Amino acid sequence: MPLLQFDQVGIRGMSAAVPAHKIINREYSQHFPAADVAEIVEKTGIEERRFAPEGICASDLCQAAAEKLIADLGVDKEEIDLLVFVSQTPDYRMPATAVLLQERLGLSKQTMAFDMNLGCSAFVYALSVVFSLVQTGHIRKALLLDGETRSRAYYPKDRRVAFLFGDGGVAALIEKNPNYGKSFFSLNSDGSREELIKIKAGGYRFPSSTETVKEKLVDEHGNISTEEHGYMNGPDVFNFVIQEIPSDIKRILSAAETDKDAIDYFVFHQANAFMNGYLAKKLKLPLEKVPSSIREFGNTSSVSIPLTIVSQLQGKLEGKKKLLLSGFGVGMSWASAVMDFQDCFISDLVEV
Amino acid sequence: MEAKFLEVIKEALEIEDRDLAMGDKFKEFDEWDSLAQLTLIAELDDNFGVTIQSGDFKKIHTLQQLFEHIQNGQ
Repeated sequence: MPLLQFDQVGIRGMSAAVPAHKIINREYSQHFPAADVAEIVEKTGIEERRFAPEGICASDLCQAAAEKLIADLGVDKEEIDLLVFVSQTPDYRMPATAVLLQERLGLSKQTMAFDMNLGCSAFVYALSVVFSLVQTGHIRKALLLDGETRSRAYYPKDRRVAFLFGDGGVAALIEKNPNYGKSFFSLNSDGSREELIKIKAGGYRFPSSTETVKEKLVDEHGNISTEEHGYMNGPDVFNFVIQEIPSDIKRILSAAETDKDAIDYFVFHQANAFMNGYLAKKLKLPLEKVPSSIREFGNTSSVSIPLTIVSQLQGKLEGKKKLLLSGFGVGMSWASAVMDFQDCFISDLVEV
Repeated sequence: MEAKFLEVIKEALEIEDRDLAMGDKFKEFDEWDSLAQLTLIAELDDNFGVTIQSGDFKKIHTLQQLFEHIQNGQ
């Protein structure tokens, strides 16, 4: 549990792109009775999601978000020295998507570019990596791109996961500036819980085969999936959240020598409305300080924290604002941060 | 503690129309589903400081067994 601290590094602006193709969850029910679907929607709070059409990747959504942000902020692309792409749905197994985005965005060949592979904790994790590189003073501007096409990772005949996930991509421009205050990060991992959320096949441990693409009955409730699609043990994921997240949030508040009353917004990973309702109640947070985008975009994995900021906090980040971010999920991996936002610019949401 | 336990179960599962007995098989209740399980997990953690893994949950059928599991976990 490293507690990292940075000073005078911050996010100058953020943008997000989502597919224009909207899924109405109550109508996304060809495999299940409408009454069951309505119940899932009511309990998870997910009414709509965005699905990327065939041929559109997470990187395309990030590219659209990045181009919007670069144009809105009038950034000289020559000054972007670092590009980090965060995703578990990259374009290829190789090369790294960040390198492809260097070319597609027209950035210089002197750009440092690499991918980071984490799920729901990834935006906070990647911010800590980018902040530490920018803190050196040798990077003028850094572009953090975070995109997912999670809609494709889960099988529509598995009701435990079929109604939860959506697609999106975000961009954040990070720089060193004396106006930015301190930021604090708590970064954690627990590989003993690797089976809680997993796509088993398609890597090198269980390569794709004619067997892995076959439909299989996966539980006693008649859910059907394949080894190429995501599996989630919901109750134990919830146990993990109960056991790790409130204490991590208390730890990062204490490390930042602040308390919850001094935080303007708590931006949690958007897993489902139930989970965030639990966290708000457990930590005794006023709901107006806990923005949510779960209703309109569902769970977009690592994208959900920045997508919530862009879609819910535009116009609310003028001046100095203190935010607490907390991402938690597949790994299991979790990360929390407390940081000051100073006049953070938010672009209008882009639809692709 | 048994009375408090039954109150917590009733509240978590939103049961208002009847009393519960320790021998009840709670997974057969109409109110039982996957999200009821999550609510119950949260309420048991809040009230008794015990979290119940899904593997253990599979072996628990009656409220008496659940009660004993919580007592052992405390």
